[in-house]
Amino acid sequence: MQRRANIWNNIDWTTVFIYLLLVLLGWINIYAAVYNEDHQSIFDFSQRYGKQMIWIFAAFLLILVVFTIDIRYYTFFAYFIYGVMIFILLAVLIFGKEVHGAKSWFEIGNIRIQPSEFAKIATALALARYLSSFNVQINSFKSYLRIGLILFLPAFLILLQNDTGSALVYFAFALVLFREGLSGSVFLLGILIVILFILALVLEKITLIAIAVIVALIVFWILTRKFKQFAMAVLIFVFSSAMFWGIDYFLGLKILKYYIILLAIALSSIIYVYLAFKHKIKHVFILILFLFGSIMFAFSVDYVFHQILEHHQQKRINTLLGLESDPLGIGYNVNQSKIAIGSGGFSGKGFLRGTQTKFDFVPEQSTDFIFCTIGEEWGFMGTFFVTSLFIALLLRLVYIAERQKSSFSRMYGYGVVAVLFFHIIINIGMTIGLMPVIGIPLPFFSYGGSSLWAFTILLFILLRLDANRLETVK
Amino acid sequence: MDSFAGRKNIIRVLIVLIGLIYIIRLFILQVVDSSYKLTASNNVLRYETQYPARGLIFDRNGNLLVFNQAAYDIMVNPMQLDAFDTTEFCSILEITKEYIDENIKSAKEYSLYKPSIFLKQVSSVTYARFQEVMFKFPGFFVQPRTLRKYTYENAAHVIGYVGEVNDKIIESNTYYNQGDYIGISGIEQSYEDYLRGKKGVNIYLVDVHNRIKGSYNNGKFDVKAEVGANVISTIDINLQKYGEKLMQNKSGSIVAIEPSTGEILALVSAPGYNPELLVGRARAKNYNDLNIDSLKPLFNRAVMAQYPPGSTFKIMNALVGQKEKVLNPYTTYSCSGAYFAGRFRLGCHSHSSPLNLPQSIQISCNTYYCNVFRSILDNRNYPSVRDAYESWRNHVVSFGFGKALNSDLINELNGLIPTKEYYDKVYRTENWKSLNIISLAIGQGELGTTPLQMANMTATIANRGYYYIPHIVKEIEGDFNLDARFYKRNYTSIDSVYFEPVIKGMELAVNGEAGSGSTARTAQIQNIIVCGKTGTAQNPHGEDHSIFIAFAPKDNPQIAISVYIENGGFGGTWAAPLARLMIEKYLNDSISQPYWEEYILNSDLITKNAKKSQHLE
Ligand SMILES: [Zn+2]
Repeated sequence: MQRRANIWNNIDWTTVFIYLLLVLLGWINIYAAVYNEDHQSIFDFSQRYGKQMIWIFAAFLLILVVFTIDIRYYTFFAYFIYGVMIFILLAVLIFGKEVHGAKSWFEIGNIRIQPSEFAKIATALALARYLSSFNVQINSFKSYLRIGLILFLPAFLILLQNDTGSALVYFAFALVLFREGLSGSVFLLGILIVILFILALVLEKITLIAIAVIVALIVFWILTRKFKQFAMAVLIFVFSSAMFWGIDYFLGLKILKYYIILLAIALSSIIYVYLAFKHKIKHVFILILFLFGSIMFAFSVDYVFHQILEHHQQKRINTLLGLESDPLGIGYNVNQSKIAIGSGGFSGKGFLRGTQTKFDFVPEQSTDFIFCTIGEEWGFMGTFFVTSLFIALLLRLVYIAERQKSSFSRMYGYGVVAVLFFHIIINIGMTIGLMPVIGIPLPFFSYGGSSLWAFTILLFILLRLDANRLETVK
Repeated sequence: MDSFAGRKNIIRVLIVLIGLIYIIRLFILQVVDSSYKLTASNNVLRYETQYPARGLIFDRNGNLLVFNQAAYDIMVNPMQLDAFDTTEFCSILEITKEYIDENIKSAKEYSLYKPSIFLKQVSSVTYARFQEVMFKFPGFFVQPRTLRKYTYENAAHVIGYVGEVNDKIIESNTYYNQGDYIGISGIEQSYEDYLRGKKGVNIYLVDVHNRIKGSYNNGKFDVKAEVGANVISTIDINLQKYGEKLMQNKSGSIVAIEPSTGEILALVSAPGYNPELLVGRARAKNYNDLNIDSLKPLFNRAVMAQYPPGSTFKIMNALVGQKEKVLNPYTTYSCSGAYFAGRFRLGCHSHSSPLNLPQSIQISCNTYYCNVFRSILDNRNYPSVRDAYESWRNHVVSFGFGKALNSDLINELNGLIPTKEYYDKVYRTENWKSLNIISLAIGQGELGTTPLQMANMTATIANRGYYYIPHIVKEIEGDFNLDARFYKRNYTSIDSVYFEPVIKGMELAVNGEAGSGSTARTAQIQNIIVCGKTGTAQNPHGEDHSIFIAFAPKDNPQIAISVYIENGGFGGTWAAPLARLMIEKYLNDSISQPYWEEYILNSDLITKNAKKSQHLE
C-alpha cells in the first residue's frame, strides 16, 4: 500500500496536465472539423467526435494499465515486445486491410487498428534496452550494425505496407543516438548521404558533379587556408576540363558533357595526388576519396531510382520531394490548408465558424490536417497556444529524461521526445508549407484510436518509469 | 560515465528554435500576409473542378480513331439545397418526383458537402433550357463532361473503353472523385495517366446567397486543367478493319507485328463488338448483353486465350536442337508414316522419306521432331533428362513464352511451359524419360501459348534471334516518352545462324512446288516470299483450332503474323489463306487473287460448328 501511494505522489503532474489539455483541445477541434447541423450531440457515436470520445476514455484506461505494470517488466520484456511487434507488422502485411493504398490496418469487427503506430513504442524500448546494456560501446562497428538493425527492421516492414510517412519516423531516433554520444562524424556522414540522395534525384547528373567538385575545392580551401594551393587546384581542374573539351571538339567525337567532366576529374585527381605526395599537402587523399564516393553514391541512387524502382514508387518519392506536381493531390492540399490557416487571422473566426475546414475543402481535416481547424477557428492565438504547449511538453520531457538515474529510463525518455518531436515538426510543418506532405498524425490531437492510444502508452510508460526514478533499477 | 550530458542543451535549443520558426511562420501567414483574408460577406469559397478534354487516339498513319463529344451531367450539392418548384424542375429534365427524392437521398449518403451526379448525360438542348432557369434551383449545377466517340467500328479490344470510377478506385486513388471517368481496358486503361490530362480547379468567392462574387485572390490559388495527351497507336486501322472483316462469322484471333520495332499492326479478337456500344446511357445494358453472349465478344483472345502451339512449335525444337548441337541442317531421319519407340506409336502423314531439316519443316513431319526432341533430352552432355529439359525450357522461355511479355496490353496471360518440377510431380519421380513428354516435340501436351506470344515468336524468327516487346502505342504526344522497355532488343539464347535453315523450311512450306508435300501452299502470294508454318491445336471440346504463323518478305521482313481460327481444323485450310490476305493487304494494299478473299469471307464457321454440335447431341 505504501509503495502504491508513492507512485501516485511521484507522478509528474505537469506532463499529465499538458497531456489532458492537448487531448481535450484535440477533441474540441475534431468536433469542429466534422460538425454539421444534422448531428449536434457530442454523444453521437456515428460521428468522429463521438468515436474519438470513446477512444479518449479507453486511453485513460490504458494509462491505468500502464501504471499497474511493474517497471522492471519494461526493461525485462523490451526485446520480447519488440519481437512480437515485428511479428505483428509481418502479419499485417499478409492479413491486413488496405485503406487509402496503405496495407497497414487490422480490422476486427468495426474497429481498425494500425500496428505501425504501436511499433514506435516497441522500438523505443528495444533501443533503450540495447544502448543501456552495460557492455555496449555506442561508437563501434558492432553497435552501429545492431542499432541500425533495430531501427531498420520495423521501418522497412512499414515501408512495405506502403506507409512511407510512418516509416520515416524511425529517422527520429537519431536524436536518442545523438544524446547518447554517437560520433559527430557519423552524423555528418548521415546528413551528407541524405543531401546527396535528394540532390541525386533533383539535379541533373552534370550539375551534381559540378557541385561536388566545387564543394570539394572549397572544403580544401577552408582546411588549408593557402590561396596559392587552392588556385593551383582550380587551375588544374579548369585546364584538364578545357583539354578534354578541346580534344572532343577538334576530333568531333561528340562525347557527352558529363563524361568530359568525369575524365577531367580523373585526370586532375591524379595530378592532385601526385602534387600532394610530393609537397606533403594534407587532406587531399581524403577529399578525393569523398568526391569519388559522393559521385558514385549519387549515380547508384540515380540508377536504382530509374532502373529498379517501379513507376508508382518513383512517383511517391517524387511527390514527397515536390518534383511532381499533383494539382488536385498533395500540392492542392497544402494550398487549401494554407488558405484555411491564413484566413483565421489573429483571433480566428470562432468556434464552429470555420468555413474552409468544413465541407471537405481540406482533406483529412480531422486526421492529418487537424491543425488547420485550430488555425482557422482560433487564429494565431490558437496556433501560438498549441505550438507553445507542444514546445513546453517537449522541454518538460527532456527535463524528465535527464533526471532519470537509470540510463534505460533516460534513453527511453529521449525516444519519446524524438518520436513526438518528429511528428509535431512534420505535421504542423506540412500544414503551413514548411515540410513535405507526409501523412502522419499530430500527437494527441488527430482523430484516430490507434495513434491516440499509441502516443498515450508511449508517454505514460515514461511517466511510470519517472514515478519510480528514486528506486534505482539497474 | 555520462560524458555527453552537454548535448542535452543542444537538443533543448533545437526544440525552442524550431518552435520559434514555426510561430514566426504562423504569425506571417495569419497576421502579416493579407492574401489569405476573407471578408465577412464573402466568406465562403467555392471550388469548381475543371475537367480537361481527354487525349485523342490516332492510328499509325494519323487516322483519328477516338475523339470526344460534349455531354452534360446535372450535379447536386446537398449542402446548398433549398426548397424549389419540383413541377417545373421535373418537366425541364423529364424526370419524376420519385427520381428526385431517390437521387437526393443517395447524394446525401455519399457526402453532404461534395457534389454528386444527379442526372447523367443530358442532351445539349435540355442543358440549354436548364441553364436559363438554374438560379431557381439552388444546389444544382451543370458539369460538362466528355464522352468518347469512335470513327471506326473496329479495334474495340485495342482501344478499350472509358467508364465511371467505382468506389474501390476512389478509395485507393485520391485523383478520382465520384462521377469521374477512367479508362477501363485497352489503351484507355494502360495509358490512362497520359490520356486523362490533369484536372484543374477554380476557386470563387461566394456570398451568403450562394452567388459567385468573383475569383478568389485573383486566381492565385487556381489550378489550370491540363489537356490530356494524344496517343498514337501502332495499329494500322485499314489492316485492322480488313482483319476484322475476314474474321466475320469465325472465332479466333489475328496478331500482326512489325518485327523491326515490335509494333503491333493489327490485333483482332473475333467475335468483337462495336466500341460505340460501351458509351453513354445504354452502356450498362449493352455491357450486360455482351457479357452473357456465349461467344464471349468482350474476351480478348489475342492475349487472354492460350492454346497448345501445335506443329508451329517444331520450329522451336529445330532451333534448340541446332543450338544444343544434336541437329544440323543435313541431319536426316526417315519416316514410315509414324514414329515408333517400343510399343509407343505417334502417327504422321504419308510423305517422301528421308527428310533433312528444311524439308522436315516444309512437310511438317512428326517423326522427325520426335527424333529431334528425344536427342535434345537424351543429350549425354547433361547429367539427366531433367537437366536437359531445363536447358530446353530456358531456350523456349528466352522467346517470351511461359510468362507475360509485359506489353502495354491489359490482362496478358502468362501461358505455360511446364517446369521440370511439374513433371516430377506428374510422374512422381525425378527419373522421367524423354518418351514421357514426347508430345512437346510436336507442340502438344501441357504447352500453353497466347496468339500474341506466337506472333512474337514469328517476329523473333523474322529478326533471326531477337525481339522487341510487342506494344500497341507508338508515341505519346507532348513531353512524354514510351517506356524504355519497348526500345530494348531482347536476344534469345539461339544464335542467328541457326535461324537460316528453319527459315528455308518455312519458305518451302509456303512456296514449295505442287506435290512436294508443302503444307502451307494456300499462303502463297505472287512476287512476295512468305515464310510460314501451319499448326493444329488439339481441342478436347470440339474440332481442332487452325493455326498459322508467317512473316514476309523473307529478306527484310515487314510483317510477322499469327492467325488462330477456333474449330478451323488443319492450319492450312483457314488460317493460312487468311494470313496470306492480311500480309498482301499490308504490303501491297490490294489483293492479287480475290477468290481467296471470297473463300474466307463466305465461310461461316460459327453457324457450321453450332449445327455440328447440335447434330452430335
Ligand atoms: Zn513423317
